[in-house]
Amino acid sequence: MKVLVTVAEVGTVEDDFEIDGTAIDERYLEYDLNEWDDYAVEEAVQLSEEGTVDEVVAVTIGPERSEETIRMALAKGADRAIRVWDDSVEGLLDVAAKTEILEAVVDEEEPDLLLTGVQTADAMFGATGVSLAAAIDYPWAAVVNDLEYDGESASVHRELEGGVEELTDVETPAVLTIQTGINQPRYASLRGIRQAQQKEITAKTLADLGIEGLESELRLTEMYEPEVESDATVFEGRAEDTAVQLASVLREKGVGAQ
Amino acid sequence: MTAVLAVAEHRRGELRDVSYELIGAGRGLADDLGGELHLAVIGGQIEEFTRSLSREGVDAIHTVDEGEEFNHDVYTQVTEQLAEELDPDVVLLPNSINGLDYAPAVATRLGRPLVTDVIDADFEDGTLVATREMYGSKVETTIEVDSSRVAVTIRGGEWPGANGNGDTTVEEFDATIDESAVRSTVRGYEEVAGGDVDISDAEVLVSVGRGIEEEENIELIEELADALDATLSASRPIVDNGWLPANRQVGQSGKTVAPDVYIAIGISGAVQHVAGMKGAETIVAINNDPNAPIYDIADYGIVDDLFDVVPALIAEFE
Ligand SMILES: Cc1cc2nc3c(=O)[nH]c(=O)nc-3n(C[C@H](O)[C@H](O)[C@H](O)COP(=O)(O)OP(=O)(O)OC[C@H]3O[C@@H](n4cnc5c(N)ncnc54)[C@H](O)[C@@H]3O)c2cc1C
Repeated sequence: MKVLVTVAEVGTVEDDFEIDGTAIDERYLEYDLNEWDDYAVEEAVQLSEEGTVDEVVAVTIGPERSEETIRMALAKGADRAIRVWDDSVEGLLDVAAKTEILEAVVDEEEPDLLLTGVQTADAMFGATGVSLAAAIDYPWAAVVNDLEYDGESASVHRELEGGVEELTDVETPAVLTIQTGINQPRYASLRGIRQAQQKEITAKTLADLGIEGLESELRLTEMYEPEVESDATVFEGRAEDTAVQLASVLREKGVGAQ
Repeated sequence: MTAVLAVAEHRRGELRDVSYELIGAGRGLADDLGGELHLAVIGGQIEEFTRSLSREGVDAIHTVDEGEEFNHDVYTQVTEQLAEELDPDVVLLPNSINGLDYAPAVATRLGRPLVTDVIDADFEDGTLVATREMYGSKVETTIEVDSSRVAVTIRGGEWPGANGNGDTTVEEFDATIDESAVRSTVRGYEEVAGGDVDISDAEVLVSVGRGIEEEENIELIEELADALDATLSASRPIVDNGWLPANRQVGQSGKTVAPDVYIAIGISGAVQHVAGMKGAETIVAINNDPNAPIYDIADYGIVDDLFDVVPALIAEFE
Protein backbone atom coordinates (compact mmCIF):
# COMPACT_ATOMS: atom_id res chain seq x y z
CA MET A 1 0.00 0.00 0.00
CA LYS A 2 1.33 3.35 -0.99
CA VAL A 3 0.15 6.77 0.16
CA LEU A 4 0.95 9.87 -1.84
CA VAL A 5 0.78 13.10 0.16
CA THR A 6 0.83 16.44 -1.59
CA VAL A 7 2.76 19.05 0.32
CA ALA A 8 3.16 22.71 -0.48
CA GLU A 9 5.57 25.28 0.71
CA VAL A 10 3.58 28.41 1.43
CA GLY A 11 4.61 31.98 1.92
CA THR A 12 3.70 33.50 5.25
CA VAL A 13 3.49 37.25 5.58
CA GLU A 14 4.95 39.42 8.30
CA ASP A 15 2.73 41.99 10.02
CA ASP A 16 4.16 44.83 7.96
CA PHE A 17 4.73 44.20 4.31
CA GLU A 18 4.82 45.80 0.89
CA ILE A 19 3.32 44.68 -2.34
CA ASP A 20 5.46 44.63 -5.43
CA GLY A 21 3.22 44.53 -8.49
CA THR A 22 0.99 41.48 -8.15
CA ALA A 23 2.97 39.77 -5.41
CA ILE A 24 4.08 40.40 -1.86
CA ASP A 25 7.60 41.73 -1.89
CA GLU A 26 9.94 38.80 -1.33
CA ARG A 27 11.57 40.58 1.62
CA TYR A 28 8.42 40.19 3.70
CA LEU A 29 7.77 36.54 3.03
CA GLU A 30 8.86 33.57 5.02
CA TYR A 31 8.32 30.03 3.85
CA ASP A 32 6.81 27.18 5.72
CA LEU A 33 5.11 23.83 5.28
CA ASN A 34 1.43 24.45 4.59
CA GLU A 35 -0.50 23.98 7.84
CA TRP A 36 -3.11 21.64 6.33
CA ASP A 37 -0.43 19.51 4.65
CA ASP A 38 1.29 19.03 7.99
CA TYR A 39 -1.83 17.18 9.18
CA ALA A 40 -1.99 15.19 5.93
CA VAL A 41 1.63 14.07 6.36
CA GLU A 42 0.96 13.08 9.97
CA GLU A 43 -2.08 11.05 8.95
CA ALA A 44 -0.05 9.21 6.30
CA VAL A 45 2.84 8.54 8.67
CA GLN A 46 0.45 7.18 11.30
CA LEU A 47 -1.01 4.77 8.74
CA SER A 48 2.49 3.65 7.96
CA GLU A 49 3.35 3.18 11.63
CA GLU A 50 0.17 1.14 12.12
CA GLY A 51 1.32 -1.11 9.30
CA THR A 52 -1.62 -0.35 7.00
CA VAL A 53 0.68 1.36 4.54
CA ASP A 54 4.15 0.41 3.32
CA GLU A 55 5.32 3.60 1.77
CA VAL A 56 4.62 7.31 2.19
CA VAL A 57 5.65 9.45 -0.74
CA ALA A 58 5.49 13.24 -0.53
CA VAL A 59 5.06 15.22 -3.72
CA THR A 60 5.44 18.95 -4.13
CA ILE A 61 5.36 21.51 -6.88
CA GLY A 62 8.03 24.03 -6.02
CA PRO A 63 11.43 25.54 -6.80
CA GLU A 64 14.68 24.22 -5.37
CA ARG A 65 14.26 26.38 -2.29
CA SER A 66 11.21 24.32 -1.30
CA GLU A 67 13.38 21.24 -0.68
CA GLU A 68 13.94 22.64 2.79
CA THR A 69 10.22 22.38 3.46
CA ILE A 70 9.91 18.96 1.86
CA ARG A 71 12.66 17.73 4.18
CA MET A 72 10.26 18.51 7.02
CA ALA A 73 7.86 15.93 5.63
CA LEU A 74 10.74 13.46 5.31
CA ALA A 75 11.92 14.24 8.84
CA LYS A 76 8.43 13.51 10.13
CA GLY A 77 8.43 10.10 8.51
CA ALA A 78 7.67 10.26 4.78
CA ASP A 79 9.87 7.74 2.98
CA ARG A 80 10.79 9.73 -0.10
CA ALA A 81 9.80 12.82 -2.00
CA ILE A 82 9.23 14.09 -5.50
CA ARG A 83 9.63 17.73 -6.42
CA VAL A 84 8.31 19.02 -9.71
CA TRP A 85 9.46 22.33 -11.09
CA ASP A 86 10.05 24.28 -14.21
CA ASP A 87 10.48 28.02 -14.55
CA SER A 88 7.28 28.15 -16.57
CA VAL A 89 5.40 27.15 -13.41
CA GLU A 90 6.37 30.36 -11.62
CA GLY A 91 3.60 32.82 -10.87
CA LEU A 92 -0.03 32.02 -10.41
CA LEU A 93 -0.55 28.33 -10.62
CA ASP A 94 -4.22 27.68 -11.03
CA VAL A 95 -6.04 24.55 -9.99
CA ALA A 96 -6.08 23.09 -13.50
CA ALA A 97 -2.31 23.44 -13.86
CA LYS A 98 -1.60 21.84 -10.50
CA THR A 99 -4.04 19.07 -11.33
CA GLU A 100 -2.28 18.33 -14.60
CA ILE A 101 1.12 18.08 -12.91
CA LEU A 102 -0.12 15.92 -10.04
CA GLU A 103 -2.06 13.70 -12.42
CA ALA A 104 1.18 12.87 -14.22
CA VAL A 105 2.82 12.00 -10.89
CA VAL A 106 -0.10 9.76 -9.95
CA ASP A 107 0.24 7.97 -13.29
CA GLU A 108 3.82 7.11 -12.40
CA GLU A 109 3.30 6.30 -8.74
CA GLU A 110 -0.11 4.60 -8.77
CA PRO A 111 -0.82 5.24 -5.09
CA ASP A 112 -3.59 3.44 -3.16
CA LEU A 113 -4.46 6.55 -1.20
CA LEU A 114 -3.85 10.24 -1.79
CA LEU A 115 -3.92 12.79 0.99
CA THR A 116 -3.89 16.53 0.36
CA GLY A 117 -4.49 19.50 2.62
CA VAL A 118 -7.91 21.18 2.46
CA GLN A 119 -6.29 24.36 1.19
CA THR A 120 -2.99 26.20 1.04
CA ALA A 121 -2.60 29.07 3.48
CA ASP A 122 -1.36 31.51 0.83
CA ALA A 123 -3.52 31.04 -2.30
CA MET A 124 -6.49 29.60 -0.36
CA PHE A 125 -8.10 27.96 -3.39
CA GLY A 126 -9.13 24.80 -1.54
CA ALA A 127 -9.67 22.87 -4.73
CA THR A 128 -6.65 20.83 -5.77
CA GLY A 129 -7.51 17.56 -4.06
CA VAL A 130 -11.02 17.19 -5.44
CA SER A 131 -9.98 18.46 -8.86
CA LEU A 132 -7.21 15.87 -8.96
CA ALA A 133 -9.62 13.12 -7.92
CA ALA A 134 -11.88 14.00 -10.85
CA ALA A 135 -8.95 14.07 -13.26
CA ILE A 136 -7.62 10.65 -12.25
CA ASP A 137 -11.12 9.27 -11.69
CA TYR A 138 -10.60 8.30 -8.05
CA PRO A 139 -13.35 8.52 -5.42
CA TRP A 140 -12.80 11.35 -2.95
CA ALA A 141 -13.90 13.19 0.17
CA ALA A 142 -13.20 16.80 1.07
CA VAL A 143 -12.57 18.36 4.49
CA VAL A 144 -11.91 15.13 6.34
CA ASN A 145 -11.30 15.35 10.08
CA ASP A 146 -11.44 11.65 10.94
CA LEU A 147 -10.22 8.68 8.94
CA GLU A 148 -10.41 4.94 9.32
CA TYR A 149 -8.64 3.14 6.50
CA ASP A 150 -7.96 -0.56 6.34
CA GLY A 151 -6.44 -0.69 2.89
CA GLU A 152 -9.76 -1.50 1.18
CA SER A 153 -12.19 1.18 2.13
CA ALA A 154 -12.13 4.44 4.00
CA SER A 155 -14.63 5.66 6.56
CA VAL A 156 -14.35 9.37 7.05
CA HIS A 157 -15.93 12.21 8.94
CA ARG A 158 -16.38 15.33 6.87
CA GLU A 159 -16.52 18.46 8.94
CA LEU A 160 -19.50 20.51 7.82
CA GLU A 161 -20.48 23.96 9.07
CA GLY A 162 -21.90 24.58 12.53
CA GLY A 163 -20.43 21.65 14.45
CA VAL A 164 -22.00 18.93 12.29
CA GLU A 165 -20.01 16.08 10.83
CA GLU A 166 -21.01 13.91 7.89
CA LEU A 167 -20.13 10.23 8.19
CA THR A 168 -19.19 8.85 4.79
CA ASP A 169 -17.76 5.66 3.35
CA VAL A 170 -15.49 6.09 0.36
CA GLU A 171 -14.24 3.39 -1.99
CA THR A 172 -10.50 3.30 -2.53
CA PRO A 173 -8.10 4.14 -4.10
CA ALA A 174 -9.28 7.58 -3.11
CA VAL A 175 -8.25 11.17 -2.63
CA LEU A 176 -8.97 12.73 0.77
CA THR A 177 -8.46 16.39 1.62
CA ILE A 178 -7.37 16.68 5.23
CA GLN A 179 -8.62 19.26 7.71
CA THR A 180 -6.59 20.57 10.64
CA GLY A 181 -7.34 18.91 13.97
CA ILE A 182 -7.61 15.38 12.53
CA ASN A 183 -4.48 14.48 14.54
CA GLN A 184 -1.63 16.12 16.40
CA PRO A 185 1.21 16.64 13.95
CA ARG A 186 4.52 15.64 15.48
CA TYR A 187 7.57 17.82 15.66
CA ALA A 188 10.44 16.56 13.59
CA SER A 189 12.88 14.90 15.97
CA LEU A 190 16.61 15.51 15.67
CA ARG A 191 16.97 11.89 14.61
CA GLY A 192 14.25 12.39 12.01
CA ILE A 193 15.95 15.50 10.69
CA ARG A 194 19.26 13.62 10.43
CA GLN A 195 17.60 10.70 8.66
CA ALA A 196 15.81 13.06 6.29
CA GLN A 197 19.20 14.13 4.92
CA GLN A 198 19.67 10.59 3.62
CA LYS A 199 16.26 10.33 2.01
CA GLU A 200 15.71 10.84 -1.64
CA ILE A 201 14.10 13.89 -3.22
CA THR A 202 13.62 13.26 -6.92
CA ALA A 203 13.53 16.46 -8.92
CA LYS A 204 11.42 16.34 -12.06
CA THR A 205 10.71 18.82 -14.79
CA LEU A 206 7.44 19.10 -16.66
CA ALA A 207 9.17 17.49 -19.65
CA ASP A 208 10.13 14.51 -17.45
CA LEU A 209 6.43 14.07 -16.79
CA GLY A 210 5.52 14.44 -20.44
CA ILE A 211 3.79 17.78 -19.94
CA GLU A 212 4.24 20.36 -22.65
CA GLY A 213 3.86 24.02 -21.79
CA LEU A 214 1.33 24.66 -19.08
CA GLU A 215 -0.92 27.60 -19.59
CA SER A 216 -3.14 29.21 -17.03
CA GLU A 217 -6.48 30.70 -17.91
CA LEU A 218 -6.40 32.75 -14.73
CA ARG A 219 -4.43 35.97 -14.59
CA LEU A 220 -3.64 37.70 -11.34
CA THR A 221 -3.99 41.33 -12.34
CA GLU A 222 -3.97 43.17 -9.04
CA MET A 223 -2.92 42.72 -5.44
CA TYR A 224 -3.61 45.30 -2.79
CA GLU A 225 -4.20 45.67 0.91
CA PRO A 226 -7.93 45.67 1.53
CA GLU A 227 -9.39 48.94 2.61
CA VAL A 228 -9.99 48.84 6.30
CA GLU A 229 -13.58 49.80 6.90
CA SER A 230 -12.91 49.88 10.58
CA ASP A 231 -14.44 52.47 12.81
CA ALA A 232 -12.89 50.87 15.85
CA THR A 233 -11.81 53.02 18.74
CA VAL A 234 -8.19 52.03 19.25
CA PHE A 235 -6.64 52.83 22.62
CA GLU A 236 -3.04 53.88 22.45
CA GLY A 237 -0.22 54.08 24.91
CA ARG A 238 1.35 51.86 27.54
CA ALA A 239 -0.51 48.67 28.41
CA GLU A 240 -1.32 49.97 31.91
CA ASP A 241 -3.11 52.95 30.39
CA THR A 242 -4.89 51.20 27.53
CA ALA A 243 -6.11 48.56 29.97
CA VAL A 244 -7.66 51.27 32.15
CA GLN A 245 -9.44 52.76 29.13
CA LEU A 246 -10.71 49.41 27.93
CA ALA A 247 -11.77 48.46 31.45
CA SER A 248 -13.89 51.56 31.68
CA VAL A 249 -15.65 50.73 28.39
CA LEU A 250 -16.21 47.16 29.54
CA ARG A 251 -17.66 48.31 32.87
CA GLU A 252 -20.02 50.62 31.03
CA LYS A 253 -21.27 47.57 29.14
CA GLY A 254 -21.87 45.83 32.44
CA VAL A 255 -18.91 43.45 32.19
CA GLY A 256 -17.59 42.17 35.50
CA ALA A 257 -20.44 43.86 37.33
CA GLN A 258 -21.11 41.00 39.75
CA MET B 1 -29.35 32.23 -23.50
CA THR B 2 -28.28 30.84 -20.15
CA ALA B 3 -25.66 33.09 -18.66
CA VAL B 4 -25.46 31.55 -15.21
CA LEU B 5 -26.35 28.17 -13.74
CA ALA B 6 -26.33 28.14 -9.94
CA VAL B 7 -26.92 25.09 -7.76
CA ALA B 8 -28.82 25.54 -4.50
CA GLU B 9 -27.54 24.04 -1.26
CA HIS B 10 -29.62 22.37 1.41
CA ARG B 11 -28.94 20.21 4.40
CA ARG B 12 -31.18 18.13 6.62
CA GLY B 13 -34.38 19.50 5.15
CA GLU B 14 -33.41 23.14 5.00
CA LEU B 15 -32.13 25.41 2.28
CA ARG B 16 -28.94 27.10 3.38
CA ASP B 17 -28.62 30.90 3.23
CA VAL B 18 -26.01 30.75 0.51
CA SER B 19 -28.69 29.48 -1.88
CA TYR B 20 -30.36 32.90 -1.83
CA GLU B 21 -26.98 34.62 -2.07
CA LEU B 22 -26.23 32.58 -5.19
CA ILE B 23 -29.32 34.16 -6.72
CA GLY B 24 -28.04 37.64 -5.82
CA ALA B 25 -24.59 36.98 -7.24
CA GLY B 26 -25.89 35.03 -10.22
CA ARG B 27 -28.40 37.71 -11.20
CA GLY B 28 -25.63 40.31 -11.21
CA LEU B 29 -23.44 38.23 -13.50
CA ALA B 30 -26.36 37.32 -15.75
CA ASP B 31 -27.23 41.02 -16.09
CA ASP B 32 -23.65 41.83 -17.08
CA LEU B 33 -23.99 39.26 -19.85
CA GLY B 34 -27.57 40.10 -20.75
CA GLY B 35 -28.63 36.51 -20.19
CA GLU B 36 -30.73 34.28 -17.99
CA LEU B 37 -30.15 32.96 -14.50
CA HIS B 38 -31.02 29.31 -14.05
CA LEU B 39 -31.03 27.43 -10.77
CA ALA B 40 -30.80 23.75 -10.04
CA VAL B 41 -32.36 22.07 -7.03
CA ILE B 42 -30.97 18.59 -6.51
CA GLY B 43 -32.63 16.24 -4.04
CA GLY B 44 -34.38 16.95 -0.76
CA GLN B 45 -37.83 18.51 -0.43
CA ILE B 46 -37.80 19.67 -4.00
CA GLU B 47 -41.24 21.24 -4.22
CA GLU B 48 -40.84 23.22 -1.06
CA PHE B 49 -37.32 24.33 -1.98
CA THR B 50 -38.44 25.34 -5.45
CA ARG B 51 -41.22 27.48 -4.03
CA SER B 52 -38.79 29.28 -1.72
CA LEU B 53 -36.26 29.82 -4.50
CA SER B 54 -38.72 31.23 -7.04
CA ARG B 55 -37.48 34.72 -6.39
CA GLU B 56 -37.26 37.79 -8.48
CA GLY B 57 -34.47 37.48 -11.03
CA VAL B 58 -34.57 33.70 -11.37
CA ASP B 59 -35.59 32.74 -14.92
CA ALA B 60 -35.82 28.99 -14.52
CA ILE B 61 -35.41 26.27 -11.93
CA HIS B 62 -34.39 22.76 -12.89
CA THR B 63 -35.36 20.14 -10.37
CA VAL B 64 -33.67 16.81 -10.06
CA ASP B 65 -35.22 14.25 -7.75
CA GLU B 66 -32.14 12.36 -6.61
CA GLY B 67 -31.79 11.48 -2.94
CA GLU B 68 -32.59 13.30 0.27
CA GLU B 69 -29.17 14.70 1.04
CA PHE B 70 -26.05 15.92 -0.66
CA ASN B 71 -23.91 13.26 -2.26
CA HIS B 72 -21.02 14.71 -4.21
CA ASP B 73 -21.03 11.97 -6.85
CA VAL B 74 -24.67 12.68 -7.65
CA TYR B 75 -24.24 16.46 -7.52
CA THR B 76 -21.20 16.28 -9.78
CA GLN B 77 -22.96 14.19 -12.42
CA VAL B 78 -26.14 16.27 -12.38
CA THR B 79 -24.35 19.61 -12.51
CA GLU B 80 -22.11 18.39 -15.30
CA GLN B 81 -25.11 17.21 -17.35
CA LEU B 82 -27.07 20.39 -16.77
CA ALA B 83 -24.07 22.50 -17.73
CA GLU B 84 -23.62 20.50 -20.90
CA GLU B 85 -27.25 20.98 -21.83
CA LEU B 86 -27.59 24.66 -20.91
CA ASP B 87 -24.03 25.72 -21.74
CA PRO B 88 -23.97 28.58 -19.22
CA ASP B 89 -21.09 31.04 -19.23
CA VAL B 90 -20.79 30.63 -15.47
CA VAL B 91 -21.42 27.60 -13.28
CA LEU B 92 -21.94 29.21 -9.89
CA LEU B 93 -21.61 27.16 -6.71
CA PRO B 94 -21.27 27.93 -3.01
CA ASN B 95 -17.85 27.96 -1.39
CA SER B 96 -19.30 25.93 1.45
CA ILE B 97 -17.83 22.70 2.72
CA ASN B 98 -20.07 20.78 0.34
CA GLY B 99 -19.26 23.23 -2.44
CA LEU B 100 -15.58 22.41 -1.91
CA ASP B 101 -16.56 18.74 -2.14
CA TYR B 102 -17.85 18.92 -5.71
CA ALA B 103 -17.19 22.27 -7.43
CA PRO B 104 -13.58 21.37 -8.31
CA ALA B 105 -14.74 18.05 -9.78
CA VAL B 106 -17.39 19.78 -11.88
CA ALA B 107 -14.88 22.33 -13.20
CA THR B 108 -12.35 19.65 -14.04
CA ARG B 109 -14.87 17.40 -15.80
CA LEU B 110 -16.18 20.30 -17.83
CA GLY B 111 -12.66 21.55 -18.57
CA ARG B 112 -13.45 24.97 -17.12
CA PRO B 113 -11.11 27.16 -15.11
CA LEU B 114 -12.22 27.49 -11.49
CA VAL B 115 -12.10 30.53 -9.26
CA THR B 116 -12.99 29.75 -5.65
CA ASP B 117 -13.99 31.73 -2.57
CA VAL B 118 -14.87 34.79 -4.61
CA ILE B 119 -16.02 37.88 -2.71
CA ASP B 120 -16.88 40.02 -5.73
CA ALA B 121 -17.28 39.31 -9.43
CA ASP B 122 -18.45 40.95 -12.59
CA PHE B 123 -17.94 40.84 -16.30
CA GLU B 124 -15.97 43.69 -17.81
CA ASP B 125 -16.07 43.66 -21.62
CA GLY B 126 -16.97 40.01 -21.54
CA THR B 127 -14.10 39.05 -19.23
CA LEU B 128 -14.84 37.71 -15.78
CA VAL B 129 -13.06 39.76 -13.15
CA ALA B 130 -13.17 38.17 -9.72
CA THR B 131 -11.97 39.47 -6.37
CA ARG B 132 -10.61 37.07 -3.81
CA GLU B 133 -8.36 37.11 -0.78
CA MET B 134 -4.99 35.52 -0.19
CA TYR B 135 -2.56 35.06 2.70
CA GLY B 136 -5.22 34.70 5.38
CA SER B 137 -7.11 37.80 4.17
CA LYS B 138 -4.07 40.05 4.43
CA VAL B 139 -4.35 40.96 0.74
CA GLU B 140 -7.06 41.13 -1.86
CA THR B 141 -6.44 40.15 -5.44
CA THR B 142 -8.17 40.59 -8.75
CA ILE B 143 -8.22 37.67 -11.12
CA GLU B 144 -9.16 37.85 -14.78
CA VAL B 145 -10.30 34.72 -16.50
CA ASP B 146 -9.26 34.12 -20.10
CA SER B 147 -12.12 31.80 -20.88
CA SER B 148 -15.73 32.40 -21.76
CA ARG B 149 -16.77 29.32 -19.79
CA VAL B 150 -15.89 29.37 -16.13
CA ALA B 151 -16.79 27.85 -12.77
CA VAL B 152 -16.95 30.07 -9.70
CA THR B 153 -17.60 29.45 -6.02
CA ILE B 154 -18.79 32.34 -3.89
CA ARG B 155 -18.06 33.02 -0.25
CA GLY B 156 -21.15 33.04 1.94
CA GLY B 157 -22.29 36.33 3.39
CA GLU B 158 -20.83 38.53 0.62
CA TRP B 159 -23.97 38.99 -1.49
CA PRO B 160 -27.39 39.95 -0.24
CA GLY B 161 -29.91 37.14 -0.33
CA ALA B 162 -32.57 37.48 -3.01
CA ASN B 163 -36.15 38.20 -2.09
CA GLY B 164 -39.35 39.16 -3.88
CA ASN B 165 -41.48 36.54 -5.57
CA GLY B 166 -40.42 35.65 -9.04
CA ASP B 167 -42.13 34.42 -12.13
CA THR B 168 -40.03 31.34 -12.55
CA THR B 169 -40.37 28.43 -14.93
CA VAL B 170 -39.89 25.10 -13.21
CA GLU B 171 -38.76 22.09 -15.19
CA GLU B 172 -37.89 18.59 -14.13
CA PHE B 173 -34.46 17.68 -15.42
CA ASP B 174 -33.99 14.09 -16.35
CA ALA B 175 -30.46 13.39 -15.20
CA THR B 176 -28.92 10.01 -15.91
CA ILE B 177 -27.04 8.87 -12.84
CA ASP B 178 -24.32 6.34 -13.49
CA GLU B 179 -24.64 4.35 -10.26
CA SER B 180 -21.24 2.74 -10.71
CA ALA B 181 -19.73 6.21 -10.46
CA VAL B 182 -21.41 6.81 -7.09
CA ARG B 183 -18.53 5.65 -4.95
CA SER B 184 -19.22 7.38 -1.68
CA THR B 185 -22.06 6.69 0.71
CA VAL B 186 -23.24 9.12 3.33
CA ARG B 187 -24.14 7.10 6.43
CA GLY B 188 -25.39 9.94 8.56
CA TYR B 189 -24.55 12.96 10.62
CA GLU B 190 -23.15 13.59 14.04
CA GLU B 191 -23.35 16.68 16.19
CA VAL B 192 -20.09 17.53 17.82
CA ALA B 193 -19.24 20.14 20.39
CA GLY B 194 -21.68 19.14 23.11
CA GLY B 195 -20.48 19.11 26.68
CA ASP B 196 -20.25 21.20 29.82
CA VAL B 197 -20.76 24.77 28.62
CA ASP B 198 -22.72 26.28 25.81
CA ILE B 199 -20.73 29.29 24.64
CA SER B 200 -23.65 30.42 22.50
CA ASP B 201 -25.56 31.26 25.71
CA ALA B 202 -22.85 33.47 27.17
CA GLU B 203 -23.32 37.22 27.46
CA VAL B 204 -19.61 37.92 27.66
CA LEU B 205 -17.01 35.82 25.84
CA VAL B 206 -13.28 36.04 26.26
CA SER B 207 -11.88 34.30 23.23
CA VAL B 208 -8.30 33.20 22.75
CA GLY B 209 -6.37 32.51 19.53
CA ARG B 210 -3.01 31.35 18.29
CA GLY B 211 -1.36 34.50 19.61
CA ILE B 212 -1.30 32.78 23.00
CA GLU B 213 1.55 30.59 21.71
CA GLU B 214 1.71 27.94 24.45
CA GLU B 215 -0.81 25.77 26.20
CA GLU B 216 0.23 26.94 29.68
CA ASN B 217 -0.50 30.55 28.70
CA ILE B 218 -4.19 29.71 28.34
CA GLU B 219 -4.29 30.04 32.11
CA LEU B 220 -3.72 33.76 31.77
CA ILE B 221 -6.83 34.07 29.59
CA GLU B 222 -8.78 31.89 32.03
CA GLU B 223 -7.83 34.31 34.77
CA LEU B 224 -9.14 37.19 32.70
CA ALA B 225 -12.37 35.35 31.98
CA ASP B 226 -12.79 34.75 35.73
CA ALA B 227 -12.07 38.36 36.57
CA LEU B 228 -14.62 39.52 33.99
CA ASP B 229 -17.14 36.86 34.95
CA ALA B 230 -17.05 35.79 31.32
CA THR B 231 -17.03 32.49 29.46
CA LEU B 232 -13.90 31.27 27.71
CA SER B 233 -13.99 30.47 23.99
CA ALA B 234 -11.35 30.06 21.28
CA SER B 235 -10.41 30.10 17.64
CA ARG B 236 -9.79 26.86 15.84
CA PRO B 237 -6.02 26.34 16.29
CA ILE B 238 -6.50 26.28 20.08
CA VAL B 239 -9.00 23.44 19.70
CA ASP B 240 -6.92 21.68 17.02
CA ASN B 241 -4.01 21.67 19.47
CA GLY B 242 -6.20 20.07 22.11
CA TRP B 243 -5.75 23.04 24.48
CA LEU B 244 -9.49 23.55 24.84
CA PRO B 245 -12.38 21.20 24.00
CA ALA B 246 -14.32 21.45 20.72
CA ASN B 247 -17.38 22.98 22.41
CA ARG B 248 -15.34 26.18 22.91
CA GLN B 249 -14.65 26.76 19.21
CA VAL B 250 -16.21 29.80 17.60
CA GLY B 251 -16.60 29.90 13.84
CA GLN B 252 -17.83 28.34 10.64
CA SER B 253 -17.13 24.82 11.81
CA GLY B 254 -17.62 25.64 15.49
CA LYS B 255 -20.37 27.55 17.24
CA THR B 256 -22.13 30.71 16.21
CA VAL B 257 -22.23 33.14 19.09
CA ALA B 258 -23.86 36.51 19.62
CA PRO B 259 -22.83 37.77 23.06
CA ASP B 260 -23.14 41.34 24.29
CA VAL B 261 -19.35 41.56 24.41
CA TYR B 262 -16.78 39.46 22.53
CA ILE B 263 -13.14 39.97 23.44
CA ALA B 264 -10.83 38.46 20.79
CA ILE B 265 -7.31 38.00 22.12
CA GLY B 266 -4.53 37.01 19.72
CA ILE B 267 -7.09 36.14 17.05
CA SER B 268 -6.45 37.38 13.49
CA GLY B 269 -10.08 37.36 12.39
CA ALA B 270 -9.96 34.81 9.57
CA VAL B 271 -13.20 34.65 7.62
CA GLN B 272 -14.12 31.26 9.08
CA HIS B 273 -13.71 32.65 12.58
CA VAL B 274 -15.62 35.85 11.90
CA ALA B 275 -18.49 33.80 10.46
CA GLY B 276 -19.20 32.63 13.99
CA MET B 277 -18.97 35.86 15.97
CA LYS B 278 -19.80 38.84 13.81
CA GLY B 279 -23.22 39.00 15.45
CA ALA B 280 -21.68 40.06 18.77
CA GLU B 281 -22.99 43.43 19.91
CA THR B 282 -19.61 44.82 20.93
CA ILE B 283 -16.35 43.39 19.63
CA VAL B 284 -13.04 44.08 21.34
CA ALA B 285 -9.71 43.04 19.81
CA ILE B 286 -6.36 42.71 21.50
CA ASN B 287 -3.81 42.04 18.81
CA ASN B 288 -0.34 43.40 18.13
CA ASP B 289 -0.87 43.52 14.36
CA PRO B 290 -2.72 46.72 13.44
CA ASN B 291 -3.59 45.20 10.04
CA ALA B 292 -5.18 42.04 11.42
CA PRO B 293 -8.60 41.59 9.75
CA ILE B 294 -10.25 41.44 13.19
CA TYR B 295 -9.90 45.23 13.33
CA ASP B 296 -12.29 45.51 10.37
CA ILE B 297 -15.14 44.44 12.60
CA ALA B 298 -13.89 45.48 16.04
CA ASP B 299 -15.54 48.32 17.96
CA TYR B 300 -12.63 48.72 20.38
CA GLY B 301 -9.05 47.64 20.06
CA ILE B 302 -5.68 47.62 21.74
CA VAL B 303 -2.82 47.17 19.31
CA ASP B 304 -0.27 45.73 21.66
CA ASP B 305 1.28 42.58 23.05
CA LEU B 306 -1.42 40.53 24.76
CA PHE B 307 1.10 39.44 27.39
CA ASP B 308 1.32 43.06 28.52
CA VAL B 309 -2.32 44.02 28.11
CA VAL B 310 -4.06 41.00 29.62
CA PRO B 311 -2.29 41.09 33.02
CA ALA B 312 -2.98 44.83 33.22
CA LEU B 313 -6.64 44.21 32.42
CA ILE B 314 -6.87 41.48 35.04
CA ALA B 315 -5.40 43.88 37.60
CA GLU B 316 -8.12 46.40 36.70
CA PHE B 317 -10.89 43.97 37.51
CA GLU B 318 -9.49 42.30 40.58
C1 LIG C 1 -12.95 24.75 6.15
C2 LIG C 1 -12.38 25.56 7.28
C3 LIG C 1 -13.12 25.75 8.45
C4 LIG C 1 -12.61 26.52 9.50
N1 LIG C 1 -13.37 26.72 10.63
C5 LIG C 1 -12.90 27.55 11.60
C6 LIG C 1 -13.68 27.86 12.76
O1 LIG C 1 -14.79 27.38 12.95
N2 LIG C 1 -13.16 28.71 13.69
C7 LIG C 1 -11.92 29.30 13.55
O2 LIG C 1 -11.50 30.08 14.44
N3 LIG C 1 -11.16 29.01 12.48
C8 LIG C 1 -11.62 28.15 11.50
N4 LIG C 1 -10.82 27.86 10.44
C9 LIG C 1 -9.40 28.29 10.46
C10 LIG C 1 -9.20 29.73 10.06
O3 LIG C 1 -9.02 29.79 8.66
C11 LIG C 1 -7.93 30.29 10.72
O4 LIG C 1 -6.84 29.47 10.43
C12 LIG C 1 -8.04 30.45 12.24
O5 LIG C 1 -9.25 31.08 12.58
C13 LIG C 1 -6.90 31.26 12.74
O6 LIG C 1 -6.95 31.31 14.14
P1 LIG C 1 -6.22 32.47 14.96
O7 LIG C 1 -6.80 33.78 14.59
O8 LIG C 1 -6.25 32.08 16.38
O9 LIG C 1 -4.69 32.33 14.48
P2 LIG C 1 -3.84 33.26 13.51
O10 LIG C 1 -4.54 33.53 12.24
O11 LIG C 1 -2.49 32.65 13.47
O12 LIG C 1 -3.78 34.65 14.29
C14 LIG C 1 -3.05 34.86 15.47
C15 LIG C 1 -3.12 36.36 15.74
O13 LIG C 1 -2.49 36.62 16.98
C16 LIG C 1 -1.75 37.80 16.88
N5 LIG C 1 -0.68 37.72 17.88
C17 LIG C 1 0.40 36.90 17.89
N6 LIG C 1 1.14 37.11 18.99
C18 LIG C 1 0.51 38.08 19.70
C19 LIG C 1 0.79 38.75 20.92
N7 LIG C 1 1.86 38.43 21.67
N8 LIG C 1 -0.05 39.72 21.34
C20 LIG C 1 -1.15 40.06 20.61
N9 LIG C 1 -1.47 39.45 19.44
C21 LIG C 1 -0.65 38.48 19.00
C22 LIG C 1 -1.23 37.82 15.46
O14 LIG C 1 -0.96 39.15 15.05
C23 LIG C 1 -2.39 37.20 14.70
O15 LIG C 1 -3.27 38.19 14.21
C24 LIG C 1 -11.31 27.09 9.38
C25 LIG C 1 -10.57 26.90 8.21
C26 LIG C 1 -11.09 26.14 7.16
C27 LIG C 1 -10.29 25.97 5.92
